[in-house]
Amino acid sequence: MSIIQVENLEYVYGAGLPGATRALHDVSFSIEEGDFVGIIGPTGCGKSTLITHFNGLHRPSSGRILVDGQDMWADPKAIRRFRFMVGLVFQYPEYQLFEETVYKDIAYGPTNMGLDADEVRRRVLMAADFCGVAESWLEKSPFELSGGQKRRVAIAGVIAMQPRVLVLDEPAAGLDPEGREMILSQVKAYHRESGSSVVLVSHSMEDIAKYADKVLVLQEGTVAMYDTTENVFARAQELMDMGLSVPQVTQIFLQLRSMGIDISTDVYTIPYAVKTICRALEERGLSGC
Amino acid sequence: MLRDITIGQHFPGDSPVHRLDPRIKLLLTLAYIIVLFAVHNISGMVLAFAVVLGLYLAAKIPLKVLARSMRPLLPIILFTAVLNLFFAAGEPIVQIWIFKISKEGIYYAITMVLRILCLIAGSSLLTYTTSPIVLTDAVERLLRPLAVLHLPVHELAMMMTIALRFIPTLIEETEKIMNAQKARGADLDSGNLMQRVKALIPVLIPLFISSFRRADELAMAMECRCYHGGDGRTRMKQLHVTGQDVVSTLIFCFAMAVLVATRWLPF
Repeated sequence: MSIIQVENLEYVYGAGLPGATRALHDVSFSIEEGDFVGIIGPTGCGKSTLITHFNGLHRPSSGRILVDGQDMWADPKAIRRFRFMVGLVFQYPEYQLFEETVYKDIAYGPTNMGLDADEVRRRVLMAADFCGVAESWLEKSPFELSGGQKRRVAIAGVIAMQPRVLVLDEPAAGLDPEGREMILSQVKAYHRESGSSVVLVSHSMEDIAKYADKVLVLQEGTVAMYDTTENVFARAQELMDMGLSVPQVTQIFLQLRSMGIDISTDVYTIPYAVKTICRALEERGLSGC
Repeated sequence: MLRDITIGQHFPGDSPVHRLDPRIKLLLTLAYIIVLFAVHNISGMVLAFAVVLGLYLAAKIPLKVLARSMRPLLPIILFTAVLNLFFAAGEPIVQIWIFKISKEGIYYAITMVLRILCLIAGSSLLTYTTSPIVLTDAVERLLRPLAVLHLPVHELAMMMTIALRFIPTLIEETEKIMNAQKARGADLDSGNLMQRVKALIPVLIPLFISSFRRADELAMAMECRCYHGGDGRTRMKQLHVTGQDVVSTLIFCFAMAVLVATRWLPF
């Protein structure tokens, strides 16, 4: 069964005011349990608006969203239940830290869930471990940490709720390459080990190609493509027309093809690129790998 | 939610009200507010309200916007009405236990409610139709004579600009942080007063921290662009009074005179 099912979602900002804008329209798709879905789209296409619908921070102007088969807005008073099922990590989540210690901050979500102290402790340690938050930080003030460390604490604060869907909005924005790699591989590890679904919003085609199984392309507030990563990046020209791009490594293969070299272009990760090049060389009787 | 608060918001447009010189607009708004306290009877108040509604129509600002901005102030309006209703001196017409309602009470309650509505509508119209930057520019120009008394007019105006400029930013920021904490299960909308105040701590602390960070960054950015206060600073947009401004002012002054004249009406 789909863990998240979106049906004909429409959302209008500032309805009834001068300058009301329709951020989303005719959005329908579903995310299965255990999927790793990447969301891409040009700036202002409604990505952030869409993901805040997943845990009920915005109420659809029309259409509905089913989480685990239940209509989110059937009973607006029970909306908090869905917030624990769908964990949302906003852009620059380090600005939401507020507690005296890192431990207390990570424990904020689980405590709000009404869990007992032992369970909260277990979850905080689990989440800290997943996000690479060292045990020695736990008693420090979150404001003593560096930007990248704060970011990991903030993500741990959401993972500690053990949501069935983890939604991340640009979790690696503004980090150095090492920090990016670290956070995303930890998210991937969490996905693998917990079996929960992950939705990743990113502007980096490389990150999407590396981590996502499926890609949703949003354009002007509606779904332009929703398919497996291979199939989406195979439509390179369409993506580029939207002002998006394909991973750099795919661009190299497209360039090779246009130079008249007979090589497949369904390449979007570096290891697979190496394999494809080796195979192509072998086919031509050349060695080099 | 927070976005519904439209006080202090600016709706750009190109109506005669928008185009009016901001200095004149500011002075006329002040005049209107003073006149509101000079008018004492219902007919005058109704007329004053009609004047401001007419200006809204001229400025093409939907009345829905105005209604929305008044909603949060409803408790204050009702409180004032009730207070006037029961505590005005006069011959009681209805008496419930120790509460007396007199004819004068009803009269004062209606006048007072209309006066508050006019106050909100009038002052909101100024900010709806004038961008904060233009408005503070007008304040600075109007207060300039006080610089002789060593009043830091430019600095005060700059502080006002910055404060106004950051209201929408802070509202947006607050909403973002509230959403982030709600996503972690914060319950901001239920519980008794103490619980609600406590629930706000996770919102207020990040908000304070980011305000200080923003202030720091802004100060740095201003210094980088060689900001050194008002001395010798020139303006990109000079304010000029046009013929249209004079005509608008005369019409408005006439309307104000009529409003004041209603004092001598018997009702």
